[in-house]
Amino acid sequence: MTRLPKWVDVALIPFINLLLALIVSGLVILYIGESPFEAISIMVNGAVGSTYGWGYTLYYATNFIFTGLAVAVAFQARMFNIGGEGQAALGSLGVALLCLSIPWPHWIIALPFAVIAGVVFGAAWAAIPAYLQAKRGSHIVITTIMFNFIASALLVYLLVNVLKPQGSMAPETARFPDGTHLPNAYDMASWIGLPFSRSAPLNVTFFVAIACCILVYLLIWRTRLGYQIRAFGQSEKAAVYAGINPVKITMITMLISGGLAGLMGINAVMGEAERLVIDPVQGAGFVGIAVALMGRSHPAGVFLAGLLFGMLYQGGGELEFEIPAVSREMILVIQALVILFTGALDNMIRMPFEKLFARAGA
Amino acid sequence: MDLGTIIPILDATLRSATPLVFVCLAGLFSERSGIIDIGLEGKLLISAFFSASVAAMTGSVWIGMMAGIVASLMLSMIHGLASITFRGNQLISGVALNFLASGITVVIGETWFGLGGRTPQLSGSGRFAPIELPGAATLADVPVLGPVYSDLLSGHTILVYLSIVTVALAWWVLFRTRFGLHLRAVGENPESVDTAGISVVRLRYMAMVIAGVLCGIGGAYLATGLAAGFVKEMSAGRGYIALAALIFSKWRPWYALMACLLFGFLDALGNRFQNMELFGINIPTQFMQALPYILTVVILAGFVGRAIPPRAGGQPYVKER
Repeated sequence: MTRLPKWVDVALIPFINLLLALIVSGLVILYIGESPFEAISIMVNGAVGSTYGWGYTLYYATNFIFTGLAVAVAFQARMFNIGGEGQAALGSLGVALLCLSIPWPHWIIALPFAVIAGVVFGAAWAAIPAYLQAKRGSHIVITTIMFNFIASALLVYLLVNVLKPQGSMAPETARFPDGTHLPNAYDMASWIGLPFSRSAPLNVTFFVAIACCILVYLLIWRTRLGYQIRAFGQSEKAAVYAGINPVKITMITMLISGGLAGLMGINAVMGEAERLVIDPVQGAGFVGIAVALMGRSHPAGVFLAGLLFGMLYQGGGELEFEIPAVSREMILVIQALVILFTGALDNMIRMPFEKLFARAGA
Repeated sequence: MDLGTIIPILDATLRSATPLVFVCLAGLFSERSGIIDIGLEGKLLISAFFSASVAAMTGSVWIGMMAGIVASLMLSMIHGLASITFRGNQLISGVALNFLASGITVVIGETWFGLGGRTPQLSGSGRFAPIELPGAATLADVPVLGPVYSDLLSGHTILVYLSIVTVALAWWVLFRTRFGLHLRAVGENPESVDTAGISVVRLRYMAMVIAGVLCGIGGAYLATGLAAGFVKEMSAGRGYIALAALIFSKWRPWYALMACLLFGFLDALGNRFQNMELFGINIPTQFMQALPYILTVVILAGFVGRAIPPRAGGQPYVKER
């Protein structure tokens, strides 16, 4: 096996993969009878052409950074946490319960507790699959998929039967009290005297997401625990031989992963909707898979990939608005192709490159 | 509960179990050959869409089903390419294909029909018609046996009966033919199969083809037998339920049928009763919907009969040099 130069591994190959995904997506748009170039220009303009666009792009990116980090941390230990969707839903529930149960005087006090609630609920939902993987050998992919469905049923049950205010028809909680209102981009921009779109949902949680990127970097590459997680992911046998406890590492990694996914609830529930609705996660848990793959499971990569997918989601919304023939589900197609090319068909590009560099090196 | 309540529920059980059976058997062949298939849901969905669309265009449900099978086969081949040829991550490939199916069905559906992701309502030869079993009318008046035969067993579409036949066939192929032996071996220990001079790659692609065809039939039933047309996301997690049934059955065909019938029964119960009282406790319908998943986790946990998957599942095979 030849080692590829680093720039080929972390930049060139992901770029080619992304390009392939975009080319195939372009062909789909061409088939529909629209111009792919016009579509791209609408998407880019819609995503970053105004403060309104940026406000949505960064709002989506915040969600995807949390769920992407969740998947990435698990990937470091060579585990595939496909349950970000359920963990984020439970995290949202935790945040909602916290916001509704205490009359918070100010968001500065509420936010740290919301972080704890999101982490604890998200981690709790990851704990059972983690325990079953560590102790009973049940495949974590299957159990986390099952837990996604159980989470969604649980949330529907709670909203319909328990949390819905009396006399209300819609299956959602009451609006959170004002003391939990997180400053949005408009508020923050006006503190420093800048104009920003009033209606964009970007809020202070974005900075929590950046902090999480830094913390995850420090954890994985600068602590003993992070070293153990990576060692476990590289070779379980070698890790065990080196005295690393596999049960402990599996549990801790999944709890961190679930906790990160749970944090998404702050952005979506406390920051945007200000109430708990029936599907607060909206597929962001799955987008996290694509984000972690594109970002090569590195926090910096996850941040950039999160941004890219934020643009894709916001731009895709605009695309449907401008060209009604292209439905919003086009985003799903692009997302699928990105996962397919960067995740599953990676070797299709990698193998020829390895041959090329082996020949050049020989 | 009397017979008049039980028969319609069992009748609905049979109908909702049918797509599960096809998809579960697809997963069975795939996983027995060592390829984990999370993409069952996507194959089911894409086949449902193409079956309904082509049936709507041609007016023939059979041509529709062929189109569904071809679409499902294409996803299957992409999965094969990713997981066999390029030795990629099978789980990730499955996830990607599920997204691809849920996106592309709406994008193309909107272009073809402009109905917000639906296909036109199917009727007549565009759907599978119910089949009256011989003597159903004459036996109808016989107490107990009559309603069971003519209301419960008779009057389903051909695919419902085909699903039972397919279970028998799957069992026969897997456990009574040379191909089945090779297939099971390749999922447990591909090296041994390779040593015996049999192509691992070819066997696994064969399994992918079978899985594609079976999901195709399941999807066709979903959109043209169970329903009268395609609606967005109509597979509604059935692919995952089938995956659960596969684990529940510990990768064995007849048990798979039982598991699908059980999950179909839960589905039918949930549709029939919004709220159920059992031993004085009110059971919410959401619990009924989550029950297949909860049961699967319990089985996976190994507290009630351990489920051990095929040993080589999920690992790409690299030939020794």
